[in-house]
Amino acid sequence: MWAYLVRRIVYAVPILIGVNLLTFLLFFVVNTPDDIARMQLGVKRVTPEAIDNWKRARGYHLPRFFNAREEGAGKLTETIFFRKSARMFAFDFGASDDGRDIAREIGQRMGPSLAIAVPTFVLGLFVAISFSLLLVFFRATRLDVVGVVLCVAMMSISSLFYIIFGQWLVAKVWQLVPISGYVAGLESWPFLVLPVAIGVFAGLGASARWYRTLFLEEIGRDYVRTARAKGVSEPVVLFRHVLKNAMIPILTGVVVVIPLLFMGSLLIESFFGIPGLGSYTIEAIQAQDFAVVRSMVFIGSLLYIVGLVLTDISYTMVDPRVRLE
Amino acid sequence: MSAFQPVVLWTDMALFALLACAVMAGIVQRGDTLRRAAWKRVLGRPSATISLVLLAFYLAVGVLDSLHFRRALPPAADGGVHYAAKVESVLDRLLAPLHERAEKTYSSPLASHAFVKDNIERDGGVVGRDYPRLAFGGAHLGDAAAGRAGDIAWRLGVGAAAGLVLALALGVAVRRLWSGAANRDKEGAGSAARAGWWTFVALAAVVGAVAMLASGYHVFGTDKVGQDVLYLTLKSVRTALIIGALTTVVTLPIAVALGITAGYLGGWVDDLIQYLYTVINSIPGVLLIAAAVLMMQVVIETHPDWFATAAERADARLLALCVILGMTSWTGLCRLLRAETLKLRELEYVQAARAFGVGTALILRRHVLPNLMHIVLIALVMDFSALVLAEAVLSYVGIGVDPSTISFGTMINAARMELARDPAVWWSLAAAFVVMFALVLAANLLADAVREAFDPRAA
Repeated sequence: MWAYLVRRIVYAVPILIGVNLLTFLLFFVVNTPDDIARMQLGVKRVTPEAIDNWKRARGYHLPRFFNAREEGAGKLTETIFFRKSARMFAFDFGASDDGRDIAREIGQRMGPSLAIAVPTFVLGLFVAISFSLLLVFFRATRLDVVGVVLCVAMMSISSLFYIIFGQWLVAKVWQLVPISGYVAGLESWPFLVLPVAIGVFAGLGASARWYRTLFLEEIGRDYVRTARAKGVSEPVVLFRHVLKNAMIPILTGVVVVIPLLFMGSLLIESFFGIPGLGSYTIEAIQAQDFAVVRSMVFIGSLLYIVGLVLTDISYTMVDPRVRLE
Repeated sequence: MSAFQPVVLWTDMALFALLACAVMAGIVQRGDTLRRAAWKRVLGRPSATISLVLLAFYLAVGVLDSLHFRRALPPAADGGVHYAAKVESVLDRLLAPLHERAEKTYSSPLASHAFVKDNIERDGGVVGRDYPRLAFGGAHLGDAAAGRAGDIAWRLGVGAAAGLVLALALGVAVRRLWSGAANRDKEGAGSAARAGWWTFVALAAVVGAVAMLASGYHVFGTDKVGQDVLYLTLKSVRTALIIGALTTVVTLPIAVALGITAGYLGGWVDDLIQYLYTVINSIPGVLLIAAAVLMMQVVIETHPDWFATAAERADARLLALCVILGMTSWTGLCRLLRAETLKLRELEYVQAARAFGVGTALILRRHVLPNLMHIVLIALVMDFSALVLAEAVLSYVGIGVDPSTISFGTMINAARMELARDPAVWWSLAAAFVVMFALVLAANLLADAVREAFDPRAA
């Protein structure tokens, strides 16, 4: 197991290097730093000095890969690639284009993101599983058909509408919770209720339908028939036998997103004014702050790879037949 | 000298090429009995026929909106023919009354008066604040706008009836022709065909009623700058179709080529391709798209001389967005195809072909690819609705279509604060919601039917 883990982590390194090279290619080779500076400063009237100053202030004045003017190791380290891309491996993200330290910003914004993402994830899983179990219990009846149609209809609604209508109905018409905002600590719950509820509701259709097919697949197995033949009641069959076995694909399917919860939710955070990483990303995209976008790409892929490793481990934990070697 | 000059935008060309390919594929595979049986299973489901009728309507709107031209300007002094800088589509001409009759600002659906008060000069030069009369909404009713309810009911009834009569007449005519040309396999379809037919009739009635109402009112109201919301929603359809359909054009060749090669050849080729898609897959989708779109924006901003008109620039952005979406979303399909090819490679008929000395390229084309097509088709229809939904989100984040392109995303984005007004302005969002929901729902239902008919594993 440990040997497997070590090997997986070693495998992750070339993937991260690939991500790093790809982002570097996107951000510095497709366009030169000069193009980006001109764009940031406004295309029309911009002097070469202004471009030079902008680049110098952000460290984009260096050569991209190889600095012939430096001595020894400096030939490689005094470059944009080393300064901006390679140093991310040491979690050194540098400063955003408006001069703030990205790593500190991320540290501060992780809390609010998790405060939304973790309850949404846990509750969403619970609600979707309960709903799909209900559908499976009433399978092949009219209720099941109506439920599936409802799921497809819910899948067909853009998440933007869930957020806009939910915010309008609950916060403006019913005035049950504040429209947006966030405070640190436990007092923040009135701000969190609505975004979490909307997050759960918006994802319900797709996941409930997916879990329903998993449950139905499991319900056709021999052990279920045996249990029924022994006279086990239908609820017990569902909860003790089917639920337990169907949880294997469900759990292993969702484990991969757990690390990504850190990244928060782009839309919900931005609509509800939650100062998390999701709204940070959106603000960075809208302000065209490339340094922040680059850092988020790196962190996102790192978390995804962690999720893949966790998925493998979770297989061995829920299914004793799987052994990692 | 002609009255107009056709303009073929890149996305138009791609859309028509795609339609031609679909028709070609249909003709080529006409003799394929297995596939015909599968399509017949699809058409045997009422949900699928209803969806197909709806999607055909959307497609018709999209195609009309993809025939672009520039109108000739009045003859200039030098006698030469000049064309307007504005690129219009056939749909624009059909809907010309809608988008030329702009109001000043918000007006609610079917209103005769504006939604917000303004200074109005009354008789005797007294200025008071009241709801001004709309310039076009209900203008035929005169100043007092008396009898509006009756007029609306009349138009609704006449329009719906006209739509019904037209649809029924068309139905009878088609039936005549059909029964004339040998009455083959018509009985089996039964309830599904009827469902499709009644959807068509209902759609015709709705279109008739809306058209009749639109000739005198703003059916879905007007937005902040007074544009007709019905016009905006109809224009959004093309953007959604382009994004949903063209992205797959980019995705398919990459996914199919890489997936089959990786699965069939194995070895270092497989390792390399797996590495490639793991790298792309490990970057969260939105972030990768954001990074690519931001860079594409810089390219477009720094080369303003590439585009003759604003429409061409917006079109280039739309096309680039499709390419970016395609380049970032081929990984899922590629992995499926690779896994399936791994299975096919070991089957007897492929091994037999190899033993006979058939070349790799021929084996892939003749024995492997045809047996993967159901996966490709299922992925294609399932991705469509996801892409239409993604466009809205991406446009909200600011990495979607050009702000000047009318799309569901830009509509929702512009209207997102309107519910917070008091009283709420709900019609832009409601119109976008209804039209988008119907499109995505139809696509989802069709995708379900196609998956169940083509997937050998589906029960």
